[in-house]
Amino acid sequence: MTNKNTPDDKNKRDFLQVSTYALGAVGAASFVWPLINQMNPAADTLALASTEVDLEQLEEGQAITVTWRGKPVFIRHRTKEEIASAKDQLLDGLRDPQTDDERVKNEKYIVLVGVCTHLGCVPLGQKSGDVKGEYGGWFCPCHGSHYDHSGRIRKGPAPTNLEIPQYSFLSDTLIKIG
Amino acid sequence: MSKPKFKNPVVNWIDYRLPIFTFMNHELNEYPTPKNLNYFWNFGSLAGITLVIMIVTGIVLSMNYTAHIDYAFDSVERIMRDVNHGWLLRYIHMNGASFFFIVVYIHIFRGLYYGSYKAPREILWILGVLILLLMMATAFMGYVLPWGQMSFWGATVITNLFSAIPLVGESIVTWLWGGFSVDNPTLNRFFSLHFVLPFVIVGVVILHLVALHRFGSNNPIGIDVKGKQDTIPFHPYYTIKDLFGLSVFATVFAAAVFFFPNFMGHPDNYIPANPMVTPAHIVPEWYFLPFYAILRAIPDKLGGVLFMFGAIMVLFVLPWLDKSSVRSSQFRPLYKLFFWFLVIDCIALGYLGAMPAEGIYVVLSRLATAYYFFHFLIILPLLPKIESTRPLPVSISTPIITTSSNASTVMAMREKK
Repeated sequence: MTNKNTPDDKNKRDFLQVSTYALGAVGAASFVWPLINQMNPAADTLALASTEVDLEQLEEGQAITVTWRGKPVFIRHRTKEEIASAKDQLLDGLRDPQTDDERVKNEKYIVLVGVCTHLGCVPLGQKSGDVKGEYGGWFCPCHGSHYDHSGRIRKGPAPTNLEIPQYSFLSDTLIKIG
Repeated sequence: MSKPKFKNPVVNWIDYRLPIFTFMNHELNEYPTPKNLNYFWNFGSLAGITLVIMIVTGIVLSMNYTAHIDYAFDSVERIMRDVNHGWLLRYIHMNGASFFFIVVYIHIFRGLYYGSYKAPREILWILGVLILLLMMATAFMGYVLPWGQMSFWGATVITNLFSAIPLVGESIVTWLWGGFSVDNPTLNRFFSLHFVLPFVIVGVVILHLVALHRFGSNNPIGIDVKGKQDTIPFHPYYTIKDLFGLSVFATVFAAAVFFFPNFMGHPDNYIPANPMVTPAHIVPEWYFLPFYAILRAIPDKLGGVLFMFGAIMVLFVLPWLDKSSVRSSQFRPLYKLFFWFLVIDCIALGYLGAMPAEGIYVVLSRLATAYYFFHFLIILPLLPKIESTRPLPVSISTPIITTSSNASTVMAMREKK
């Protein structure tokens, strides 16, 4: 038998070997992706994504909590003093600088996802007897984050302001969240 | 060998084709074990037995559990009230988790004290740390299943840790949840993973044992076995010692199950989960408290998460951080001192993790966290440079047979016998 293992043959084999491995890897990855992706939100979970809220009954100084995507959403009808203090705040001292105007659609109503941006607890401050923190907005009891009247983080471990959900005013007092 | 090894011909017939009996004889019967092991060496087998208890009670509990947010809490209450012996099975499983961690933590500190992680047992140690990580994941997901307030908010806080990862954090958390908050998809997958991970642990435990049996157990003086005179067969000497240890352990375990079943739990978890109200004081189960203290000690979200995971990661590289060639603390006076500082530090972290994150507790948490890493990253690498170790005995048998100034208290006690 003659030895056909010339350098040319070796290159061919290397090419075949590398391309087989590469194709195999792509094939394996394309099979693994559905296994991973099935854990992302399903179509019915995504479909439950909007809530309508009527604010007619919400008096000045009152707050309500509604459920949206399984999370609490805080809506507070702010008093004139609260609006003023939120607007007057200079951006210099803020960890996540945002003006109050950027965070509201109608300055009377502040709409926030009621989930602390630290580790996901629900901050206190919606009920009249609640601790509202040093800045009068909300206070997260889990690890001590203080939020102001605009839901901006002022003190404590949370890295960002309370999230503003997507919402729109369908009329003066009817809003659709999501 | 052609000569039959076992008296029973059926056993011989099987063993010739499937050498399972030879294997068991080799690894469980004649397996040569250092003759000077003390009671701290019981905790490996205790951990294995606890794992079996957890799997057996877990399987029967799953026959009565419903993994749905509307039924989970009630199905657990039904187990407690209506299912035959359900209360017993659940209390064994619930307290078993705590006892599993007690046993494993003692097992780990045993390894730290006697230098069991050093060459050639590095992989044995790494597999052990991996088992600890898997246990933590399993315990965390199991705690979510009863769907009480602590279940829900524990799951929320812990899964939110991943949101600290830059750029992809939020997507990862949504992926973990299967939605926009901890909800039914989360409960379903946690149940599935809580069921399967223990079997993964069994697999890693088998690897842990294979690695252990490669060089055999370390021992209290930490020097290598020199020959037959240093060992005794595993059976009957250590089987009986392990059984005695088991009986003591089982007594304590039973006392907890029957008399203080909720001592290590939180009353809040008997309130059904409410996604709208966070309990005033969220604390994880006691076995996570030291890590929770580290998480809260760092005033930065990502930093806290990194340090918390780092506290475990540092254990993976421990065999290369501790550069001393002497294993046992008995011959390392300085290391022994720092070992006890570390024990105190870990207990302090556990205490601080249970306290509210304010005032003096924050300061103390930071100090204790700093010391934890200081121990592993600074003290251990530097110690061999300044420490003068005591002279090692010639062999395991030597300090037992001769009255040596090196003989430890354990050895001295053995001599008296």
